Amino acid sequence: MQAVREILVIVLILLNFRLLGTSRLGACVQTVALQAVVIGLLPLLGPRLPAPWVIAMVAAATLVKAVVLPALVRRALRETGVVRELEPLMGYTLSILTGTGLLVLCYLAGRQLQLPQGGAGQLLIPATLFTMLTGLFLIVARRKAITQVLGFLVLENGIYLFGVAFAVHEPWLVQTGVLLDVFAAVFVMGITIYQINREFDHIDTDRLSTQGLKR
Amino acid sequence: MTLLLICLALLLAGAAACALPLRSGVIGPYAATGAAVLASVAGFTTLITGAMQTVTLPVHLPFDTLRLGLDPLSALFVLLIGVIGALAAVYGRGYLAGQDRRKTALSWCWYNLLVAAMLLVVLARTGFIFLVAWEVMSLASFFLVVHDHEKSGVLRAGWIYLIATHLGTAFLLVMFLLLGRDGSLDFAHLAAAGVSASLVFALALVGFGTKAGFVPLHVWLPEAHPVAPSHVSALMSGVMIKIGLYGLLRVLTFLGPPPAGWGWTLVSIGAVTGLTGVLFALAQHDLKRLLAYSSVENVGIIALALGMGLLGIAAGDPVVSTLGICAALLHVVNHALFKSLLFFGAGAVIHATGTDRMDRLGGLLRLMPRTGTAFLVGAAAISALPPLNGFISEFLVYAAAFKAVSAGTHPWSGLVAVAGLALIGGLAAACFAKAFGIVFLGAPRSAAAVQAHEASLSMNGVMVLLAVLCVMTGLGGLWMVRWVAPAASQLLPPDMTTDALQTLFDMLGRIGYAALALIACAAGLYGLRTALLRRREVRQDETWGCGYVAPTARMQYSASSFVQPIGVMFAALLRTRHYLHAPHGLFPTGARLHTDTPDVFVQSLFAPALRVLVRLAAAFRDLQQGRTHQCILYIVATLLLLLIWHLG
Repeated sequence: MQAVREILVIVLILLNFRLLGTSRLGACVQTVALQAVVIGLLPLLGPRLPAPWVIAMVAAATLVKAVVLPALVRRALRETGVVRELEPLMGYTLSILTGTGLLVLCYLAGRQLQLPQGGAGQLLIPATLFTMLTGLFLIVARRKAITQVLGFLVLENGIYLFGVAFAVHEPWLVQTGVLLDVFAAVFVMGITIYQINREFDHIDTDRLSTQGLKR
Repeated sequence: MTLLLICLALLLAGAAACALPLRSGVIGPYAATGAAVLASVAGFTTLITGAMQTVTLPVHLPFDTLRLGLDPLSALFVLLIGVIGALAAVYGRGYLAGQDRRKTALSWCWYNLLVAAMLLVVLARTGFIFLVAWEVMSLASFFLVVHDHEKSGVLRAGWIYLIATHLGTAFLLVMFLLLGRDGSLDFAHLAAAGVSASLVFALALVGFGTKAGFVPLHVWLPEAHPVAPSHVSALMSGVMIKIGLYGLLRVLTFLGPPPAGWGWTLVSIGAVTGLTGVLFALAQHDLKRLLAYSSVENVGIIALALGMGLLGIAAGDPVVSTLGICAALLHVVNHALFKSLLFFGAGAVIHATGTDRMDRLGGLLRLMPRTGTAFLVGAAAISALPPLNGFISEFLVYAAAFKAVSAGTHPWSGLVAVAGLALIGGLAAACFAKAFGIVFLGAPRSAAAVQAHEASLSMNGVMVLLAVLCVMTGLGGLWMVRWVAPAASQLLPPDMTTDALQTLFDMLGRIGYAALALIACAAGLYGLRTALLRRREVRQDETWGCGYVAPTARMQYSASSFVQPIGVMFAALLRTRHYLHAPHGLFPTGARLHTDTPDVFVQSLFAPALRVLVRLAAAFRDLQQGRTHQCILYIVATLLLLLIWHLG
């Protein structure tokens, strides 16, 4: 079991790198969905099997994040006709290099943090921190509104895993709250992106901001 | 107290009805009038009985409960808000008639909110609800000021007001933080002593002084009052700026016995504010701007009186302290009466002619006799002429100051007060001689002034009522002081009042008789004149006609030429700009003179300070470019740094 968990954590880190390094938006959505599945599996593979209702909650959360939200984002992609993130604020090679730096930082931070390990293995804390930072990085360094929505989802994945792994008592309440939040956010963003695109013929947040300033 | 809660509910309901996109907006003025009348009844009964009531509403707020209270000090202001609020609503209904219905409804929504917020400010007994009501009051009045936002300059004036009032509120926030103890802002627990008391007093001076209009914080008044609809100007100038003074008085009750330094400070602020206000009022060419500066002047007089009162308390002199504080409160009431009357008059003039530029007006007394007469009464009252109410309050200030000099307790501040008040009084008389003379006397200076018409019945009724109130409060000064005294005694040490009040009553009784004698004398002279002129031919001619063959309205004094001698005397402060196109040659074809007196504090204090601020702010422009990415990057970087700092 422990070995499987370690492998899943490593897969999670690799998925983050894939997000940092790809320009195709379809692949990004796929990666985020896959990441949600991995994160959904991790708490179930602990030393003890959780209670049945916990399993049900995790399954529901995973279903929303791996199927429903990506479907919503895909729909927005289809309707706006955006395929690629062509001119990111930070290039893909540089993004991956930054990601490596962030991973090192997370590893160092993870070692310093005094947290109950819960048999999660050494890599889990750095991986969750790294997932959060990847999400934030996507929000900061990409132009398209869709990528920013994805970044938000990745950030939420990280928070979710952090909560699941370390909150000893009833983390589920917090999680459902976060999930609801994200769901609403994606919903709003999905609709907004569609509307923005209809109004301005593009969803480039950078240009949207400067237009707002010029006016 | 129950009555006041009903008032508040009625006002909020009225505001809500006006905010709805229905025809229900028409009830706005009625709700405001009804509620304000109820409020004045509640205030008046409390002033008569002197009862103290508090009520705690079962509402949970952060920090404290919702506690409201009514004591004589609050009741005095409740009475003011009620009377002027009701009259301004009646007047405003006539004033706004015929304007866009949607806009008017919205204006009434804010009006109801403003009255409700002012009531709540004076009733609040916890700091939290006080500040919330204070903010609602500021915002509601801002929206009322920018009623005519499509006209040029209105929004700019509104912004100046909004910024000024928020800067003031910032000081108040700090003040309440200093006053609060054990995390409670309940007025019953607020206290400060020693250095922190002086700090609180200074913060209150700046915070409340911004609302009241102490120089140099008065700069928003001459901007906001002229652009607001006249009934709003009347309410703001007559009552809202007094709420600032109420705040100052209320804070003084928390602070214990005042040191002499506070009195000194208030006397100096009062003298400077009064003089600056009246001088700039004198130099204005717009009627409402002139009135706004005159409000600054009167706030100065009130501060002067209050300062004398505090000096009296500090010196343990019961007569000076009672006289000073009673004078301050009385002048608050009196100024509310005559200043709203004058603003109503100015509004009627604007309504009739479409302008408040004095150089376009003239001769309106014949076309608008009722407005003109009411304005004359207000002008005489504000110039402190007996037997009107302005005289009573200023007389009390003089009495306090002379007593302070003769008793030797604070001779120098007494002299400053006497000299300052005398100068202010003389200049105010000149100022209102100009305002009334240029606008209502002489010959019309433009076509608009020729076609003026008398205001509607409701507007005229309100003005006449206020004029009658000015006369009655002038004659009945004794009763006025009796009603004000319980409020004043809240600020005075408990053992200092009774004998001093008796002195005061004696003095006012004599003034009352003298005033009656004066009226009888004037009536006798008028009767004599009528008798002498009987059976004689009386010819009426053009004013300033000087016997010329073809007199023209341009031969009259203009608003600038009337005050030119005084302007020269005070040129160093006023810095009036002259734009002169002088006549040339032996047969000059034309000449023009235009004068302009911008506020010296704006020109040489606030404008340079703001320029520096803008230059400093420009340095941050690279940091803040309005990009979402950049903002989030800052947040992420901050979080990361915090994490590293925490771990390292």
